[in-house]
Amino acid sequence: MIEIRNLKKSFEDIEVLKGISTVFETGKTNLIIGQSGSGKTVLLKCLSGLITPTSGNVLFDGQDTTKYNYQERQQLRGEIGTVFQGSALFDSMTVLENVRFPLEMFSNLSVKEMDKRSEEVLERVNLTKESFTKFPSEISGGMQKRVAIARAIVNKPKYLFADEPNSGLDPKTSMVIDQLLHELTVEYNTTTIINTHDMNSVMEIGENIIFLKNGFKEWEGNKNEILTADNEAVIDFVYSSKLFTKLREVLLEEKSNSKKS
Amino acid sequence: MTKKVLILHDMLKLLGFIGAYCIFLGKVFKKPQGAKVFRKLIMREVYDLGMSSVGLVSFISLFMGAVTAIQMAQNFQGADIPVPNYYISYATKVVLILEFSPTIISLILAGKVGSYIASSIGTMRVTEQIDALDVMGINSPSFLVMPKIIASVFFNPILIMISIGMGLMGGYLIGEATRMWSTSDYIIGLQMPMATRLFVYTFVKTVCFAFVIATVPAFYGYHVKGGSLEVGRSSTSAVVWTSVILIILNLILTQTILS
Repeated sequence: MIEIRNLKKSFEDIEVLKGISTVFETGKTNLIIGQSGSGKTVLLKCLSGLITPTSGNVLFDGQDTTKYNYQERQQLRGEIGTVFQGSALFDSMTVLENVRFPLEMFSNLSVKEMDKRSEEVLERVNLTKESFTKFPSEISGGMQKRVAIARAIVNKPKYLFADEPNSGLDPKTSMVIDQLLHELTVEYNTTTIINTHDMNSVMEIGENIIFLKNGFKEWEGNKNEILTADNEAVIDFVYSSKLFTKLREVLLEEKSNSKKS
Repeated sequence: MTKKVLILHDMLKLLGFIGAYCIFLGKVFKKPQGAKVFRKLIMREVYDLGMSSVGLVSFISLFMGAVTAIQMAQNFQGADIPVPNYYISYATKVVLILEFSPTIISLILAGKVGSYIASSIGTMRVTEQIDALDVMGINSPSFLVMPKIIASVFFNPILIMISIGMGLMGGYLIGEATRMWSTSDYIIGLQMPMATRLFVYTFVKTVCFAFVIATVPAFYGYHVKGGSLEVGRSSTSAVVWTSVILIILNLILTQTILS
C-alpha cells in the first residue's frame, strides 16, 4: 500500500501539486486521471523518487520514504517496476537483453537462470520467441509496451507504476495492455498505479481512481461511481465525448428508476 | 556599469558550469554497479570510442606526417646555415610526438567521439532511458560515463601511438616518393634520442585529454532538456567546449611540465 499525505511540489514559483492526500491499495489497479498538465506525471515521478516533493509524505507500506537516505532510496527503487510513456527501452539491447537487464544488475542468478526468467515474463506478456532477438526499433509500439511491462515485472516488484501505458496505441492494443496490467497486478499482488487520460482504460480497469485538476485531488472513487459522479470537473472530463454523454443519460435514468421502484 | 554586470553574470555562469561539472563527476566516480554488465559496457565503449577511430586517425596522421616532413625539408634545405637532412625526420618526429598527435588528433577525436557521446547520452535522456535507469536504482552517471572514461583513457594513448607511427610512416613514404631526402638520413633522424620528460609530457597530455573528451560531452548529453533539437544543440556545444578546454589545458600542461 502506498499512502501520500498533503503532497506538494513546486518548480520555482509554479506549484504543480497542491497538497494531495490519498491511498493506493495493494492488489488493485489504482488510476490517476486528469487532463494534460494536471500534475499526473509529476505525482508519479514523486512516488518513484525521480522528483523530490517540496513538502508532504510518501509512505510505502507505512515507511515514510521522504526521510530515506540515498542507500535506502536505491534499495526501494529495486522494488519498483516502471513502465514509461515512451517505453524507454534501451536502443542498444535486444528485447531479451532489455528484460534481462534488471536481473543482471540486481540478482545473483546464472546466465541460464536469467534467460529462463526473462523468457518466462516475455511469454507472459504474449511475446513470441521470434521477437526476443529483435531490437526495440524493429518491433511495433504495442510490442515495445509489452517488453517495457516485462522488464518492469521481471524482478517481481512490489510496486508497479505505468505512465500513460497506452498512449499512441490503437484502442484494441490499448485494451490488451490494460488487461495485462490488471492481470499482473492480481497475479503478483502489486500496488499498481497507472497514469492515464484514456476513458476506455478507466472503465476497463479503474478499481480505484483519483482525479486531478490543476494540482488538486478533485475526486476519488471507482469505475462504477465515475459515470454518475456529480462533480462538475469530473463530468467535464468524462463526458467530453458524445458517446459517454449518452451513456450518462441512460445511467442516470436507470438510477432514478431504481430509486422510484 | 552594464558591461561589468554582464561580465559578472558570465563569470557566475562559468562558475555554475564548473560546479555542476564537478558534482556530475562526483556522481560518476561513485562505486559502479553490476560488474558483469559493466565489463561488457567497457568492451563496447573500447570499440565505439577507440577501435572505430583507428582508420580515421591513421589516414589523417599518414598524410599530416608526409606534409610535416615536406615542410621541414623545405625550411631546412632553404636555410642560410646548412642543416643535415637527418634533421628533417628528427624534427618531424618531435612535432608529431609533442604536438600533432596528442593535441590535433585529440581535437579531431573531440569532434568525432565527443558528438557521439553527447548525442547518444542526450537521446537516452529525452527518450526517458536515463529515467528508467534511475528508477531501477542504478547510478546512471556512473553507469553511462565511467565505461567511457575507462575506455577512452585506456585506448587514446594507443590511438596516439598509432598516429605517431603512421605520421612517421607518411614522412618516410613521401621521402621515398619524392627523393627529397635519403632513406638512411630519415632513419638516422628517427634514431636520434629525445628527452624522457618529453614522452612523459605527451603521455600525461594524452590521458588528460582523453578524460576531457569522455566527460565534457557526457556532461552536456546528460543534462539535455527537451527534444531532438536540443540534443543536436548540446552535441554542438559539447564539441565546441571540449575543444576550448583541450586548447587551454594544452597550454597549462605545457607550461607546467616543460618549463
